[in-house]
Amino acid sequence: MSENVLRIRDLSVNYQTDRGVLKAIRHVNLDIPKGSIVGVVGESGCGKSTLITSIIRQLDDNADIPNGSIEFEKQDLLKLSLDKMRNISGTKLSIVFQDPMSTLNPVLSIGRQMIDIQYRDKISKKRKKQRSIDMLTKVGIPDPRNQLNQYPYELSGGMQQRVSIAMALQAGPSLLIADEPTTALDTTLEVQILKLLKDLQEEMGCSILFVSHHLGVIAELCDHVVVMYAGEIVEHGSTYEIFNNPAHPYTVKLLECDPASISKKQRLLPTIPGEIPDLINLSGGCIFKNRCDQSIDRCDKHTPLLNEFNKNHFVSCHLIES
Amino acid sequence: MLLYFIKRIFLGILIISVAVTLMFCMIHLVPGDPARIMLGPRATPEMIADISMRMGLDQPLVIQLMKFLGNILKGDLGIDVISSRPVTAIVFGQLPYTLWLIFTAIFGAMLIGIPLGCYSALHRNTLADRVTGVISVACITAPSFVVALYSLLIFAVTLKWFPAIGAGVKGDFFDQATHLVLPAFAIGISWVGYLSRLVRASMLEVLGENHIRTARAYGLTEFTIVYRYALKIAILPTVTVIGVGMGFLISAAVFTEVVFARPGLGKLIIDSITTRNYPVVMGSVLISTGLFVISTTISDLVNASLDPRIRANL
Ligand SMILES: Nc1ncnc2c1ncn2[C@@H]1O[C@H](COP(=O)(O)OP(=O)(O)OP(=O)(O)O)[C@@H](O)[C@H]1O
Ligand SMILES: [Mg+2]
Repeated sequence: MSENVLRIRDLSVNYQTDRGVLKAIRHVNLDIPKGSIVGVVGESGCGKSTLITSIIRQLDDNADIPNGSIEFEKQDLLKLSLDKMRNISGTKLSIVFQDPMSTLNPVLSIGRQMIDIQYRDKISKKRKKQRSIDMLTKVGIPDPRNQLNQYPYELSGGMQQRVSIAMALQAGPSLLIADEPTTALDTTLEVQILKLLKDLQEEMGCSILFVSHHLGVIAELCDHVVVMYAGEIVEHGSTYEIFNNPAHPYTVKLLECDPASISKKQRLLPTIPGEIPDLINLSGGCIFKNRCDQSIDRCDKHTPLLNEFNKNHFVSCHLIES
Repeated sequence: MLLYFIKRIFLGILIISVAVTLMFCMIHLVPGDPARIMLGPRATPEMIADISMRMGLDQPLVIQLMKFLGNILKGDLGIDVISSRPVTAIVFGQLPYTLWLIFTAIFGAMLIGIPLGCYSALHRNTLADRVTGVISVACITAPSFVVALYSLLIFAVTLKWFPAIGAGVKGDFFDQATHLVLPAFAIGISWVGYLSRLVRASMLEVLGENHIRTARAYGLTEFTIVYRYALKIAILPTVTVIGVGMGFLISAAVFTEVVFARPGLGKLIIDSITTRNYPVVMGSVLISTGLFVISTTISDLVNASLDPRIRANL
């Protein structure tokens, strides 16, 4: 039995809004085994970014976490002091963000930023610089020594994303979080970046939590898939199970919308008729009931729980239980 | 870069000639014969004619203006008819007083206002932020001559903490510094409020940008993030405002120098206007406009040194 790098238990996140409390994430459990790539899919607004920002402790000011724990390498991140959290951020726990054109500081050179993030290491500036050059070489940036003097605006989006990946992996993290790292890039670049991530992951042996709209990307890259819907995990399992044996009506619909093109990498998450329920005024029962065409009486009253449906495959649906 | 300087120099010449021409016209629209006013009620017609000729007042206005502009190009601002000294010497003699005053005021204001703005941005919507907000707005709205008068009354006359008038003994640095405190305070106080509001607003904007989130995710310290990563961007609009603000600083200096009976460009302008000493008025205006052109250029260069994107477009 392999260990988990990340273990999220019963995590809920609320946002205070003018209309009332918005329950963006409710009672989420998630495990990331060491060395694996876990993908999170779900429509816009289902709480993917909220999940990620609660892991890196950068939730917006109006958010609070009423319950839950996020265990990373045996310590609960939510209980850490800001100083302790800062020591983990960027070293053992790294993140690559969605929009490469705005993730780097626009007025500082690439080299300056790459050297700055090594501030904890008591080595000479020259060695820090050499390390940065090595890292840039690793992510496939040509002429890295000169790139250090460049500013982000002088680099293309794909190159900036490579720099971000280099910076995220520099300290050899045990978990890399990637929040739609390729959404802003065109298809050819996307393929390159994904290949790069996969190669580096194998080389460095880290785990990846990968968030994406792209079913194709998830299928290609991930070992394990988590399907989120309106702030809950409705189904999760091995990539093979989810794509070949989907059980939750939501997952089925996601895949059904256009099964032929799912393997194509540019495939965006298909749209399903109906809307995500209002997260401020949640009624009881199954979260998907208003868009489900197979709902039964039970779905209105009882909230289904995640149950093992197959080996390595969990589903929360009354239809499956019965 | 070269193109920028060429553009700047042309713009500077344009601004200065427009200002000088406007001033020239305004002076000659003021009623009263300058020679007569200058010499007083008991002047004889011969004396008036003599002065008029020496000041070139007997020639047509256009010729006077052309002559004046031509002389400027030669670096000659004319001769003060009263003291018979060259105007350049008079103006440059007074300039250091005003520069000291303005720089003390604005650097003091930056030293207090910028950290205050950062603090408010980092503690937005707390009590401390609200209090500094109210105080800042109060500071902005207080006119410098009112602050000058009241600080003179309170700190110099009543409390006797600081000297009331003059610029201090020449060569005695400490004496000159104490004479600088109240006038600089009068000019700088509204800038403290202004800068802190400005920095707060742009700081809040920058702190919400994606790259700050990244910097936090890399575990950089809060100090590095705020003062090295965010402030370098947030300060850009402030630098521009200070550069353009040179105009306001000079006009504030005029009032303040009069209130504190301090030597300087402002006092020189007022004195020479009341005595209709036109060459001196024109010389002072010219130098003030030159200061404005220089300060806006410097602020452009400072911004270019901070932001590579601006540098690339220079
Ligand atoms: N600061 C906030 N205040 C109030 N509500 C918020 C805030 N941030 C997010 N939300 C809400 O929380 C829910 C989840 O948002 P989140 O950004 O996590 O979704 P997402 O899955 O990342 O969507 P996307 O794919 O569009 O990025 C949404 O309903 C959103 O409107
Ligand atoms: Mg998101």
